[in-house]
This record gives sequence, structure tokens and C-alpha cells, in this order.
Amino acid sequence: MVKVFVPRDSTALSLGADKTAKAIQLEAEKRGIAIQLIRNGSRGLFWVEPMVEVETAQGRVAYAPVKPKDVASLFDADFLNGANHALYLGLTNEIPYLKNQQRLTFARAGVTDPVSLEDYVAHDGYKGLKNALTMTQEDIIKTVTESGLRGRGGAAFPTGIKWNTVLGASGEQKYIVCNADEGDSGTYSDRMVMEDDPFVLIEGMTIAGIAVGATQGYIYLRSEYPHALHVLNEAIAKATLAGYLGDDVCGSGQRFYLEVRRAAGAYVCGEETSLLESLEGKRGLVRFKPPLPAIEGLFGKPTVVNNVISLATIPIILDKGAQYYADYGMGRSRGTLPIQLAGNIKQGGLVELAFGVTLRELLYDYGGGSASGRPIRAVQVGGPLGAYLPESQFDTPMDYEAFQNLWAVLGHGGIVAFDDTVNMAKMARYAFEFCSVESCGKCTPCRIGAVRGVEVMDKIATGKDHAKNIQVLRDLSDTMLNGSLCALGGMTPYPVISALNHFGEDFGLDKGLNEKESVV
Amino acid sequence: MPLLHAIQDDIGYIPEDVYPQIAQAMALSVAEVHGFVTFYHHFRTHPVGEHILQVCRAESCQAMGSEQLEADIKAKLGIDYHQTTADGKVTLLPVYCLGNCACSPAVMMDDDVYGRMDMAQITELVSEVSNG
Repeated sequence: MVKVFVPRDSTALSLGADKTAKAIQLEAEKRGIAIQLIRNGSRGLFWVEPMVEVETAQGRVAYAPVKPKDVASLFDADFLNGANHALYLGLTNEIPYLKNQQRLTFARAGVTDPVSLEDYVAHDGYKGLKNALTMTQEDIIKTVTESGLRGRGGAAFPTGIKWNTVLGASGEQKYIVCNADEGDSGTYSDRMVMEDDPFVLIEGMTIAGIAVGATQGYIYLRSEYPHALHVLNEAIAKATLAGYLGDDVCGSGQRFYLEVRRAAGAYVCGEETSLLESLEGKRGLVRFKPPLPAIEGLFGKPTVVNNVISLATIPIILDKGAQYYADYGMGRSRGTLPIQLAGNIKQGGLVELAFGVTLRELLYDYGGGSASGRPIRAVQVGGPLGAYLPESQFDTPMDYEAFQNLWAVLGHGGIVAFDDTVNMAKMARYAFEFCSVESCGKCTPCRIGAVRGVEVMDKIATGKDHAKNIQVLRDLSDTMLNGSLCALGGMTPYPVISALNHFGEDFGLDKGLNEKESVV
Repeated sequence: MPLLHAIQDDIGYIPEDVYPQIAQAMALSVAEVHGFVTFYHHFRTHPVGEHILQVCRAESCQAMGSEQLEADIKAKLGIDYHQTTADGKVTLLPVYCLGNCACSPAVMMDDDVYGRMDMAQITELVSEVSNG
């Protein structure tokens, strides 16, 4: 029976994948052809979703984008045998966008049925855990440390060092918490892992649990991701039933339980201590650090808090070894980064590559330029708290330190492109507005500063006392940057000041003049 | 949190008059329950329409013209954010990122995300749920 694949990923669904799947099923029935319709994850080529694949002797062949109205003609053209058609893209693995990537964390995304444990195991799943179960806790952590993996949530803290702290902390009960509160605009790689390859996250968390001696894991999942919730719950149930979770993980005698907790739409809960408060059933107020969560985390117990991508990268490191992973990348940024192309971009989607690829390559070679066809004027990298970069910085390689040197951040690897119709002063105002909506309210620089920021941006827009207000904007940003308790208030100045520095003309500053001379 | 989700999933909002019962069950004060519910954007304390339309306001969608779309949706439905249409069918809410940023602008009707939206598709979507 011919296998036909139609993705079930949210973005594919948002472009009508369910209707396409239904149309294919109905057309096959109508023609009396038996097919096996598999709802796979997405390959991440979102600009051509819904992408339908057919398994042929030569490999999987792709057709995209397939709308219900195209289905009859696909059957007429004999797409079930991989024949040519107006929507024919050739062998999936030969599509340049995909072929040129280095998929490690996302090796299975779009290939497998996300909720099929058999599929997962058949595609190298649970090899990492099997290896980990033969190793000592110290050796597992040593492998993670030597791989060079750094926290993919944005802070880029070495994962192995964090785990080692939790291992060394005394306590009967320890926890693994997965931060799946992916609230940054322009990012969706966490969602893709959870929807398209959930077992890899489950496996990563299980390995983390065994490495540090934690028996309970929680996935703190944002409420905006209902599909991910269902997929994760189904996958956890299957993994538990098959003995990969529970009282006796793979017959090792070790325990590990996993539960998904739904968040409730507070951006600040992506900050790890706020997340822990929320998991404990409280308002998500940021905690003072120290104590570090690794020492006193969830319910005061030693806790590993890692991002989805960090945890989902653990299995391949334990499967192929630290060196295999560390061989990718540049400088202190080892391995690969799943980059997400978003905003005004022609070919938006997931691009996993070794660190070192430049913004320009990503925006033009992969992204194909802007969706509107106009020049890309600015990109925001790393979510709403990331800096805006002008065209002159597009040759920057994706590398934590290279971005840091530009007073920018890689964050979670999301890139949002804007064409030349964007008003950067408006984007700066929005950054403050967003901060004021999402501030937890605990510290003054963030709670009050964000509101004052909106006000001063409005004053700048009127042009009255312009030079003075620009100075107020800088002073206020300085206070927020240095005085805030967490990254929300502390990094809101990144988009604001980078917009001001690189796009001063949008703030009423004449090009070539310094701020003091520029009077409106 | 799971308790509040269960209530809202069931009846669409968290009525303030159940705070005392929640407080008792969770060994909290009523003030703490109030503080908790109002901290989280997801929880609502007032009844909503039959369907919830969330419109993304985040940067990626702005880069693809979501501001105009927001204005047009408000005009079309004749309501602002956090309000419900007169026929009680649709409640309009802002949202900051739906994770559909490769296909902006995005909206979410109940649990379903829709990408690359324009007013024609929004109109169709709204009439589908309003008549369905």
C-alpha cells in the first residue's frame, strides 16, 4: 500500500493541511485506491505547506503546496508513483532548503509519525537513553559538558555544568523542568519538537533525570499550544506503557515520571524562577538569585530547568558521542542551532545549521529575501528582547559571542525580518508596551520603566523637547538594563537602543548628526 | 493552575463568586486566588462568546501587516479587544505569538491556528463559526 504523508504540525494545519488530508482520503476512496495516509510532522519548509509526500522506490517525493482543489489532478498525474506534476518538488531529501541543512536535533521532524513510538525507535530513537543507562551519572554529564551544548533557551549557559550542580546538590527529591513557555515572537522550534518529534524531548528529559538523580519531570507548556499538549500527552502515555517512563525505565530499575503542566499566558513565566513559582501554583513573580534553581528550585529542591531544544538535543549527543556534536559549530558555540525564519520573509521555516552561518545567508539563501519583495531593512534576532540589526550587520555569523560583541543576542534562534516600510521608533515603543503588559511587577525598573518608556516614545514622536527626551530614553534604558531583576526589564532596552542607534532617522534624528546637535 | 484550567475549559471563564470555594479547596485566601487568576492573561473573569478569536500582535505578525488587520477585524466585528459580538458568537482577544511566525499574520479561532490571514479569510472564518 502506498504511503502518503500529510503533516499535522500547527503551521501546516494553519494553512489547511487537515482539508488536504481529507481530500486525499476521499479521492483515494472514490477511485478505489488503497493508500496509507500518515500524518507526519513538518519538515519545517513552512512556506510550501501543506507539503504532501509519497513514498516511492527512489525515496520520498514531495508535492507542495497542496490544496484540496489540487488533489484530483495529483491522482490524474499518478503522484502515487512519484510522477511529475505542477506541484512536484522532487525527492524530499534533495530539496536544497532541506538538503543543505545539518539536522541533528531535528533529524526526525517531518520524517516520522510523531506519536508512533515504533517509528521513533526505527529512526534511531532511544539509542541515547540505552547508552546512558550503561554509563555512570558522572560520565553522562561529562559527555554533555564535552559536547559544548549551551542552553538553547537564550541564556546559553553550559548545560553540563548546570546538570553537574544539580547532581552535586544534596536532596532526596530532585526535578527536571522543561521550559516550554516559548513566548518569543519569531520562534517556533520548541513547538515543532513537541508536535513533530515529542519522544526526543521525553528521551532527553529521561536522560537528564537519570544523570542528576531526579525522578520527576515537568514540561511547563504555554497555553497557546493546544496541539502540542495533545501530542505530548499521547506520547507520554505511549512511552509509559512501553516502559520508557515509569517505575522501571527500560528495565534499569530507575524511576522517571513525566507530566505536562499547562501555563496560562504570562510571558514572564519563560524566566526560569518565575516559571518555578507558576509550577508551584503561585503568581509568576521572579525570584531573587541566588539561590540558583539548581540548588533550590521547584518546591525548594535541586532542579534542572532546561529549554525544549537543549533537552531534545541530549539524545543525539548520548547516541553519537560528545565529539560528534562538538565537531559542528564555531568558537565557543558548539553544535547546531535550529534557526527559525519569520516575519516578512519569502521562505519562512526551520533551518538547522552549525553555528557560524551568517544572517545574510539565512535571510537570502534560505529565506529568499522578504515576502513583500522590498529590501529587508532590519531583523530582530532572539525574540522581543533581542536587538534589531541593520543591513550592515547581516554578515555576522550565528555565534553567541559574535552577537554579544554587537550588543545583540542570539536568544532562541528566531529571526524576524522587516522590510523598508517598518518604522523602528514604533517598534521601540512596542518593545516597551510589551514589557508593560508582561511585567510581573516585582521590580520597579521593569514595572514603572516600561510604562515611562511608552510615554517617552510618545513624546519623541511629537518632536517637542526632542533632544531632552532622547536623553531620557537612554537614561531610562540604562536604569532598566542595570536595575531589573530579570531579563524582561533588563533586556527590553536591547530592541529600543539598537533601534535608536541604527535607525535614528525614525526617531527624528538626522543622519550624520549626533544627538545633541539634532534638534527638531 | 490545573483546577482553574478545568473550570475555564468547562464554562469559558472563572466566575469571581467561586473564588471562596477555590480558596478553601486549595488552602488559600480569597485574595490569593484573585491575585493568581488576574496575574495570568489566559484566565478570564467574565463570560465569553461561543468562540474565541485571538489575533497575534507580536513582531513577526506586525512585519506582515497585522496592525491593519487588527483594526479591520475590530471594525468588521464592531468590537474592541476583550469584547464579544452582539450576537454572542465571537470574543476578540489579543495574543502575543502563536508560534506560527513563518506564516504571519496569524490568528487562532478556538484551538485552531490560521496563517497568512487577510480580511477575506477572516470574514469567512467568522461567518463559518457564526452560522455553524
